[in-house]
Amino acid sequence: MLARNTKKRSILPGFGLSLGYTLTYLGLIVLLPLSTLAFKTSTLGLQGFFDVLTSLRVLKSFQLTLLVSLAAALINTFFGFLIAWFLVRIPFPGKKIIDALIDLPFALPTAVSGIALTTIYAPNGILGKPLMDIGIKVAYTPIGITLALILIGLPFVVRTVQPALEELEPELEEAALSLGASSWVTFYKIIFPFLLPSLLTGFTLAFARSIGEYGSVVFIAGNMPLKTEITSLLIITKLEQYDYTGATAIASGMLILSFTLLLLINLLQSWTSKRLKGL
Amino acid sequence: MDIHPHKNGIQPGIWVNLVIALVCLLFITAFLLLPLFIVFTEAFNEGVLVWLKSVGDEETLAAFKLTLLVSAIAVPLNTVFGLAASWALAKFQFWGRNIIITLIDLPFAVSPVVSGLIYVLLFGLHGWLGPWLDKYDIQIIFAVPGIVLATIFVTFPFVARELIPLMTEQGTEEEQVALTLGATGWQTFWRVTLPNVKWGLIYGVILSNARAMGEFGAVSVVSGHIRGITNTLPLQAEILYNEYYFTAAFAVASLLSFLAVITLILKSLAEWNTQRILRSSK
Repeated sequence: MLARNTKKRSILPGFGLSLGYTLTYLGLIVLLPLSTLAFKTSTLGLQGFFDVLTSLRVLKSFQLTLLVSLAAALINTFFGFLIAWFLVRIPFPGKKIIDALIDLPFALPTAVSGIALTTIYAPNGILGKPLMDIGIKVAYTPIGITLALILIGLPFVVRTVQPALEELEPELEEAALSLGASSWVTFYKIIFPFLLPSLLTGFTLAFARSIGEYGSVVFIAGNMPLKTEITSLLIITKLEQYDYTGATAIASGMLILSFTLLLLINLLQSWTSKRLKGL
Repeated sequence: MDIHPHKNGIQPGIWVNLVIALVCLLFITAFLLLPLFIVFTEAFNEGVLVWLKSVGDEETLAAFKLTLLVSAIAVPLNTVFGLAASWALAKFQFWGRNIIITLIDLPFAVSPVVSGLIYVLLFGLHGWLGPWLDKYDIQIIFAVPGIVLATIFVTFPFVARELIPLMTEQGTEEEQVALTLGATGWQTFWRVTLPNVKWGLIYGVILSNARAMGEFGAVSVVSGHIRGITNTLPLQAEILYNEYYFTAAFAVASLLSFLAVITLILKSLAEWNTQRILRSSK
């Protein structure tokens, strides 16, 4: 035992068993099923794959999904930052409860948020009616989809920005302020660059989640082909028509898209954090 | 006079703070509180008796049982996996470790609908194993096993990703001491490792349970929506809603929302406990 220990190898047992179990389970539950996506898509050939993805209905659904996801993620980045600031910096009674409430979208089933939002924003709903009176139709339009995605994405931004803000040492700001910088200059020269990586992460997470979202959106979307049909729903529609190849091609397209976005923003993020360290 | 006027960072003034607080509270009310409020008012708008009748409906009860069954299988399986994975990945250093950690997170990056689709491609009638399963009369898709598998997939990373960073941070010193003093591997695991990660484990289990009971997209693809047989609670809420039984749909939704509120309370308790332990150990 001592001899093994001095060789700097762990004396802890169970490595083979636990790693073997981990890899087997990971392979059977995640990797094997996911690989079917690649194989099924490859039966289409490159041309076939391209044809499915560039059909008008699919293109329109991608366009809509990306647009509403982007809008929701941007809105969430702004309000998420504001809420994180509120939770960390502003003293307020009952803040612990508000803090706990932020995770509600993680705990509430998406179908429940979906039917609740639709009831609120339907033309005869509690908020939908007054909005309708001033000429804004929310439910069954892209605005409604965006609202559902805002609900779903909010905790991603708050929960990434909040720890960063807690870590930000007031001494930094104190230094800037005592050297005569105004609050505003201190904010955008010190605080904003410091929070930028976490804001980007939060944005990415909310954005990525929105692209694949289904349950909260499907009720409020209206689901009109070419107009309010999101990509997830189109996949389900194809499946219900027994067009497994079409559904799989769209699913692969969606996965490639979200992985590319994640990769791009990861690169951007490592660039910003490197720049930050260089300061 | 305060010699450190800026010791708490920038203080934009009481009015700015007040505006920020108001905007935040308004936003939280509109997007979080109002939906929750609507679920309960809609569920009870025809009185408690109607609510009870909706909840006690035969199909809804069957959906409730199925939801419990599915999470009772998926959550323990993923918990065992999470413990095994975190033991291997946090207590040992080896090549490829980071790749495995990335792969464990993969289900979070996959859309719920696609999570269901891949199991249809694997076990469906036209899938890889479909013809073989059909020959032996085993049905996975549009049946309970498919729902269980899809649920395992979407809740796969929760426990593992909670435990891996925690165990990595705790290192292996305490385990080494226990082993040197003559404890067996299992004793070390049960009496040293497990108590150390208790709250993180509970946190992961609570989150994966909430997701398991509430999953909609993935389960919707593999379920087949057979009433009383393959409908989980969220699917039952969908069917009732689409058939304009709004009060009944919201009665089902109120059960799920109640569960969500309990989840939030338990989760906060687990978090506060972890923070307390962290503080006292510092």
